[in-house]
Amino acid sequence: MPGVFIILLMLLLGNGLSSAINGIIPGSVIGMVLLFLALLLKIVKPETIRRPAGYLINHMSLFFIPAGVGLMNAWDMISSNWAAIIVSSSVSTVVVLAVVGLVQQKLEKK
Amino acid sequence: MEGLLNNEVIVLTLVIGVYLGSVLIYKKSRIALLHPVPLCIGVLILILTLTHTDYATFKKGSRMIDFMLGPAVVALGLILYEQYEHVKKNISSILISIFAGALGGILTVGGIAWLFGANKTMIETLLPKSVTTPIAIGISQRFGGIPALTAVIVVLVGVFGGIIGPYVLKKLGVESRVARGLAMGSGAHGLGMTRAIELGAVEGAISGLAIVLMGLMTAILIPILNFIADLF
Repeated sequence: MPGVFIILLMLLLGNGLSSAINGIIPGSVIGMVLLFLALLLKIVKPETIRRPAGYLINHMSLFFIPAGVGLMNAWDMISSNWAAIIVSSSVSTVVVLAVVGLVQQKLEKK
Repeated sequence: MEGLLNNEVIVLTLVIGVYLGSVLIYKKSRIALLHPVPLCIGVLILILTLTHTDYATFKKGSRMIDFMLGPAVVALGLILYEQYEHVKKNISSILISIFAGALGGILTVGGIAWLFGANKTMIETLLPKSVTTPIAIGISQRFGGIPALTAVIVVLVGVFGGIIGPYVLKKLGVESRVARGLAMGSGAHGLGMTRAIELGAVEGAISGLAIVLMGLMTAILIPILNFIADLF
């Protein structure tokens, strides 16, 4: 239970900071960084949050199902943009794979 | 039938049941395209359509599951911490390569969609496509994209990247295990990680770190790039 409390507290703080910067970075992402910092600075022990965090991470795909079902309202958007979606996403995915792989390998060899 | 889906317990049981069924089918078939997320979303849309239930009703009933997204993203901080301890000495090169990948990825996906004549909503929907779904949904929502479409594109990108990733890296002569893990995690998030684990333990662990860093980097880069784009 203390683990659940800590995760919710970080989310709360993250949401607060997020609204302070006009929401340009999602509160949950800021909460994630806060949790990382709390672990790094030994304010929170990893053991305390391991169980609830493991549960949340393992079942992550379930949590975005409700958002994904909203696709039923997006058919128009898909049918008028399908080519743009397919070409841009696949080219960009290859770019990410190539850039990250090559840059990292280059930097390591230095 | 319509009235039934107004009941929260029924909706929650339905969503979790369909999800578990989809996971089971995926595990038994081992077909990447039958990934549980699109499968589960497809089945649920079918059920809603057949019962003439609109999305708003379903959304209300399933908000408890939706709420868990926030805590789940926060929990990723643990992965960040555990991986950070292992890669401390490489951290600067890792940050540089993921930054380069995130920037390249956002610019190419946005640029190509723009060339195709996509509007602002569509472009904002596409920009976070390389990021793990819960973070991508948050970014898409904030900048006027369609979070549901982002979620589905993200999963398809993961399937595509997970399949072609190892071949692309081989063709380009990327042999470093850290580099391969990083590329798989940042290019194809959770599904890339599944493939990276098959490549090796180092690749698998590093790809987990890459997913989280890619999410963080993209969450910071998109508002900056949006701001610059708005100047023109």
